[in-house]
Amino acid sequence: MQSLSPQLFAKSLGEVGTTILFVLVAIIAIEFLLYYILKVKLNHVYALPFMLVAPAAIGLLLLVAYPIGYNAVLSFTNMSLRRFTVERGLTYGIKNAVENFVGVFTEPILKQRHFFPILFTTVLWTFIQVSSHVVLGMFLAILLNRPMKLRGIYRTLLLFPWAIPQIIAVLAWRGEFNYEYGYPNVILKSLGLEPIRWLSDPFWNFAAINITNIWLGVPFMTVVLLGGLQSIDRTYYEASEIDGAGKIYQFSHITLPLIQPVMTPAVILGVIWTFNMFNIPFFINQLELESSDILVTALFRAAFEYNRYGFAAAFALVNFFILLVFTLAYLKLTRFKFDVGTLVTATGKKRR
Amino acid sequence: MKRPIKKRSFFRWFFYRARGDSPAKRLIIHLILVIFCIMAVYPVLRIFSVSIRPGNRLLSTSLKIIPEDTTFGNYTQVILNRDFLLWLWNSLLITTSTATIGVTLASTSAYAFSRWQFPGRKPGMIFLLATQMIPAAMLMVPIYIIAIKLGLINTWRGVVIAYSVSSVPFSIWILKGYYDTIPHELEQAAMIDGTSRLGAFYRVILPLSTPALAIAFLFNFTQVWNDFLIARIMLQRAELYTWPLGLQRMQHQWQTQWGEFSAAALMVSVPVMILFQLSSRWLISGLTLGSVKG
Repeated sequence: MQSLSPQLFAKSLGEVGTTILFVLVAIIAIEFLLYYILKVKLNHVYALPFMLVAPAAIGLLLLVAYPIGYNAVLSFTNMSLRRFTVERGLTYGIKNAVENFVGVFTEPILKQRHFFPILFTTVLWTFIQVSSHVVLGMFLAILLNRPMKLRGIYRTLLLFPWAIPQIIAVLAWRGEFNYEYGYPNVILKSLGLEPIRWLSDPFWNFAAINITNIWLGVPFMTVVLLGGLQSIDRTYYEASEIDGAGKIYQFSHITLPLIQPVMTPAVILGVIWTFNMFNIPFFINQLELESSDILVTALFRAAFEYNRYGFAAAFALVNFFILLVFTLAYLKLTRFKFDVGTLVTATGKKRR
Repeated sequence: MKRPIKKRSFFRWFFYRARGDSPAKRLIIHLILVIFCIMAVYPVLRIFSVSIRPGNRLLSTSLKIIPEDTTFGNYTQVILNRDFLLWLWNSLLITTSTATIGVTLASTSAYAFSRWQFPGRKPGMIFLLATQMIPAAMLMVPIYIIAIKLGLINTWRGVVIAYSVSSVPFSIWILKGYYDTIPHELEQAAMIDGTSRLGAFYRVILPLSTPALAIAFLFNFTQVWNDFLIARIMLQRAELYTWPLGLQRMQHQWQTQWGEFSAAALMVSVPVMILFQLSSRWLISGLTLGSVKG
């Protein structure tokens, strides 16, 4: 067992310190080079903005764009734990790529499960999650969006699941799905019902994953939608009331259209986040039931439990394209202009 | 003549401002909200409850929150006998250094995005948007392989570098939106007074943007503080564990360490939640201001 010894303390501090120093030196070097080329040699009009953008741009290129490119290269290899280097049998080539990509769709990705059943689970999971987040979030936001006593307290309490670190919430829930001691089963038993095998029954395990993520995801949607509701001018409602509009009519003809600019990006982000949610399906699925695996957790297992890196890289690309197609289609369908401010607005809109 | 002030009953107080809605409807709304609040809070209270139970009563099926024989033994046990402090230190070190690097990179480039129409600005913004769509899971295979090839696996250095730009796109957005709300005249005035463009940025814009910078820092911080996936891939030696890895390892053995796990979980999340509450006012002002486009 390791503990926080002075040696370890000094070693970690030294290592991180030199890393920061290294980054700093790299930035300064880049700046000087750019200054020399752009300002001294070319006297470019945009020399300064280029210099300001350069460090972040280079960082993103090296740490985001390059790995994506490298991922594509990996999908052209047969890399695995055994064939890690060229000397140990690693080969590059079209043949490998064909094998990998065809393999994604025809071979089992996990021990038994193929691509399409996993895709189906993922789509089902994303659909259940996003729709219940929106419905419940909208319901709570409407309840909270009225003058009443204790509103602040309700809001704070409802936001609880959002405020605690996700990993902790997930690990705690995983414990609560214990057959004997978890509180859902204790409640069921005290009601005289049969306790549920949350961890071993495929159906109930999937349900458990869904319950956890609904608990975690609704608060965020509530905040976003509440922000949207509060930005709607009350006079619309008053005017429509005079014209004799009912509550349901008001909701469908005033609330929904006016909350659209907040809801669309929130839904898109919700889909992307849920589709790529790793922690919850991975941890709640304690017994590693393949039926509860979604694409992302299957990718993790393919890469780090079965150590098929080339195959996993191809699989990752396939996942990415599915998401990309969905997002583009959704943007097209809703005719939504995703400009730069909207994401920030969607994630941050939180007014009193 | 002054009317005597009637003392309002609790009922009247509770339903005060009940414009148009009948008391019954109010009551139902409050009931629904209370039920939802209980559902939201109960699991968290359970963690607290388990953490103050003595070891021999961990596996109780009682639903009571505060057990009769409350003890803080789990807390001292975790702090004294486990690697808890080591995990916290590792997390803190990695998190603060990556957040510092991230905010530094974002603050300068966001300024360029806000003030100049330089060639490549639009594609740049789209690229930033696109990176938000790329999941960490997509990058995990290449990052792992690259880290192995560069010998960065199982080092603090490797994790810091792997994390450093993860929140930069989002930070650039927040900061750009905030800079957009600051009038250009402020910098021009400073430049007339004799400072350079960069001097104006450093002396005028940055101090004015403290709330947005704080949010960007906080966002970077929480993102890395709570991350499991990259840490799980990059760090496999126990001395390098961040707290999510440590807690996950602890929770593996359910029966034996459930109480200690809960104590540790609370000690990790309470500071984060306090930070969250304290910063929420700043967060609101920064984000709403940032989202208003000038």
